Amino acid sequence: MNTTSSIITRREFVKVVSIAGGGLVLGFYLPSKEEALLPEMVPTTSLAPNAWLRVDRNGIVTVTVARSEMGQGVQTSLPMIVAEELEADWSSVRIEPAVVDPKYGDMTTGGSRSIRSNWLPLRKAGATAREMLVAAAADTWKVDRATCRAENGAVLHPTTNRKLSFGQLAEKAALLPVPSDPPLKKPDQFRIVGRSVPRLDSVEKVKGNAIFGIDMTLPDMLVAVIARCPTLGGKVKSFDASKALAVTGVRQVLQVESGIAVVAESTWAAMRGREMLSVAWDEGPNNTLSSADIEKIFEEKSKQEGLAVRKEGDTAAAFTSAAKRLSAIYTVPFLAHATMEPMNCLVHVRETEAEVWAPTQSPQWSQRAVAGVAGLPLEKVKIHTTLLGGGFGRRLMWDYTAEAAEVSKRIGRPVKVVWNREDDMQHDYYRPASYHRMEGALDSEGRLTSWAHHVVAPSISAQLFPNQPRQGPPDAVDGAAQLPYAVPNILIDYVMANTPVPIAWWRSVYNSQNPFANECFIDEVAVAAAKDPYEFRLQLLPPASRLRAVLELAATKAGWGKALPSGKGRGIACHACFGSFIAQVAEVSIKKEGSVKVDRIICAVDCGQVVNPDTVKAQIEGGVIFGLTAALKGEITIKQGRVQQSNFDDYELLRFDETPTVEVHIRTSAEEPTGIGEPGVPPVAPAVCNAIFAATGKRIRRLPILDRS
Amino acid sequence: MPQVKFFVNGKQRTVSADPNTPLLWVLRESLGLTGTKYGCGQGLCGACTVHVNGEATRSCVTTLDLAEGKRVVTIEGLASNVQNPLLRAWIAEEVSQCGYCQPGQILSAAALLARKPNPSDSEIDEAMAANLCRCGTYPRIRRAIHRTTQEGGRR
Ligand code: FES
Ligand code: FES
Repeated sequence: MNTTSSIITRREFVKVVSIAGGGLVLGFYLPSKEEALLPEMVPTTSLAPNAWLRVDRNGIVTVTVARSEMGQGVQTSLPMIVAEELEADWSSVRIEPAVVDPKYGDMTTGGSRSIRSNWLPLRKAGATAREMLVAAAADTWKVDRATCRAENGAVLHPTTNRKLSFGQLAEKAALLPVPSDPPLKKPDQFRIVGRSVPRLDSVEKVKGNAIFGIDMTLPDMLVAVIARCPTLGGKVKSFDASKALAVTGVRQVLQVESGIAVVAESTWAAMRGREMLSVAWDEGPNNTLSSADIEKIFEEKSKQEGLAVRKEGDTAAAFTSAAKRLSAIYTVPFLAHATMEPMNCLVHVRETEAEVWAPTQSPQWSQRAVAGVAGLPLEKVKIHTTLLGGGFGRRLMWDYTAEAAEVSKRIGRPVKVVWNREDDMQHDYYRPASYHRMEGALDSEGRLTSWAHHVVAPSISAQLFPNQPRQGPPDAVDGAAQLPYAVPNILIDYVMANTPVPIAWWRSVYNSQNPFANECFIDEVAVAAAKDPYEFRLQLLPPASRLRAVLELAATKAGWGKALPSGKGRGIACHACFGSFIAQVAEVSIKKEGSVKVDRIICAVDCGQVVNPDTVKAQIEGGVIFGLTAALKGEITIKQGRVQQSNFDDYELLRFDETPTVEVHIRTSAEEPTGIGEPGVPPVAPAVCNAIFAATGKRIRRLPILDRS
Repeated sequence: MPQVKFFVNGKQRTVSADPNTPLLWVLRESLGLTGTKYGCGQGLCGACTVHVNGEATRSCVTTLDLAEGKRVVTIEGLASNVQNPLLRAWIAEEVSQCGYCQPGQILSAAALLARKPNPSDSEIDEAMAANLCRCGTYPRIRRAIHRTTQEGGRR
């Protein structure tokens, strides 16, 4: 990677890209406004457009944006933003997936960034095209352009009642200069943004013709499955493929970096072949590791003093002089992503180039990985991003793309490597487990005077990129360091406790665990102060805070304070993350046998200007259910160095009949749009645990709630 | 290879394959009907649901020989009727997120409605409990099923 590139100032720009007979084609650059997930995620070497807007002679508007569609609706929401400023006729708007090229900027889909980082640049691109189309019309009619206006896919001249469609104007517009500062619409002029526009991918998805990675085929393609060492960090010692090769349809068996690949004419033959393999594993150094060992590591590490990432006042002194002191340990387990579509990737490595069809959130990381494996320059690796059958962060990793490239290179054919559910469950990059020691102090009036949160957890960036020191605060304190409450003495510190368990980003990342500790413990503190947990939080939030506003909205909508029948309880939690603000109230019922049923989750969210309200609601509903699976059931455990769970019978997901009513209330806001894919997750676990406390008086400080033992 | 004859989406098909091959892979790879999805291979998730003689069936744990002479309907078959009220309801409620589980969800719901045109919530629970959705579309699936029965009632 050319490191001098980083000195180029990255600014948005729009320019005409000439494509013969293509109508008006604008190329523009979408900068990543937010911090990249990691420094190396900004591999840009030059300023080149990374998104396109085309208005063709038939008036069809095509937007090409490299953001992966994994269910979050970006491939509808992003074109909506362009169409708004363009004054396009929504029914002529199409989206086309971009093919990855190393000269484009960050194309990664993660960190709930798709809308917030593209909002302004996409508007400017749409406005630029609109201004050029209007100018082309004014020029044709020889009238003052101020007397013309764009509307619904055409330019109008109201005084003479003339009209030219965008299609008729496209080619002329392409010859005009690009305006540098086109005016943007005011929110009260929006007619597409803010409306629940039907998703462009709905129809193909219900008809079964949406193509996911696993559905891809190529002529001449073979399918491979890989036998992987069940022990973390283990390797192949030796193998005998004779029985596998005897299975009809199996073509070849070969050893690759990740195990033994069985290559066959069909997925089933490859799976059957793998069953017939006999492999002796070198289990490596972790073959005695257990979940109990990891807990011990955390406990040991917790005795160390951490790196202080937020220090205000003097917590030690405040604790000494406190009228009441509280402390508690909260822990959460490793979790699997369990996307419904397991990992898979189709690659064709040829002599001088490679082509990849991958359901990926990070085409560029995959591109780099494939180029490395295939021994090709980056620009010789073409990545096609297919639809993703779920991402949740798992598909930011490039292990499954690199592996497929290795197999294809070795056999000289296009090959699709398919993981079965067990592979996917046992060879994930998990949500890290973590350990949180919380301490709070109250004065004699019941005021919270001191708050300490001691985080002990593995670091994703340190484990994945050991040679790249992280800029800024440690990743593992995200959601802990930003404690929103006004407390005079605060200490948030961190002890890194890495383990052999591979980890990576999981929907909401460390915001899936730190707010659990925060929001449960603040409840404990409120109870110790003999205050209502909702009122207690309100008093600690500044009056104008957006978090406070959603907390109030959720409480009102949930009827906070109204009596509930016995055996039921209500709990509340709130959190700010990915630029957004969210609060949730959970209502639970405790059955006689002590089992828990979550009846209702009421959410209030402020994510700034809403692009597609129905998509926002769907993302929050999905986030709540994802968070509930984790809170109630989710746990990956390790025994003898192996992940013990393997399929949906021992790693259960929340089911249809267990799903509560989820109500989503959006707080209207004219602020810039902020993240929505992840914020639904963090408040679920604490809201439910606080509700269980309200119903039973029992505190849950260890997830999952439904302990099978 | 032995030949197995059965009907897929109304057409007779003959497949030469090991009779122990799961119907799932025959549909996806021998017949190119990729709307039927692989999720777990163990009958645990419902992504591979098809109809065999009208019954919602997990094609990942149904071997090809069991389909001999039977009528199999996949999502492609169901969707060949664009007016299918269930699909229209699914679109109207914007059920799909990633969409991967949805063919299986729709076929489970269709089998339920064929049996019980006006299912109660607990009957819906029972019929849908074994179809997993990682994206969390369950509330909308429920709404789409209700919408279908209401529209059906009005016709
Ligand atoms: S793939 Fe058949 S039930 Fe999961
Ligand atoms: S819509 Fe993604 S798994 Fe159901």
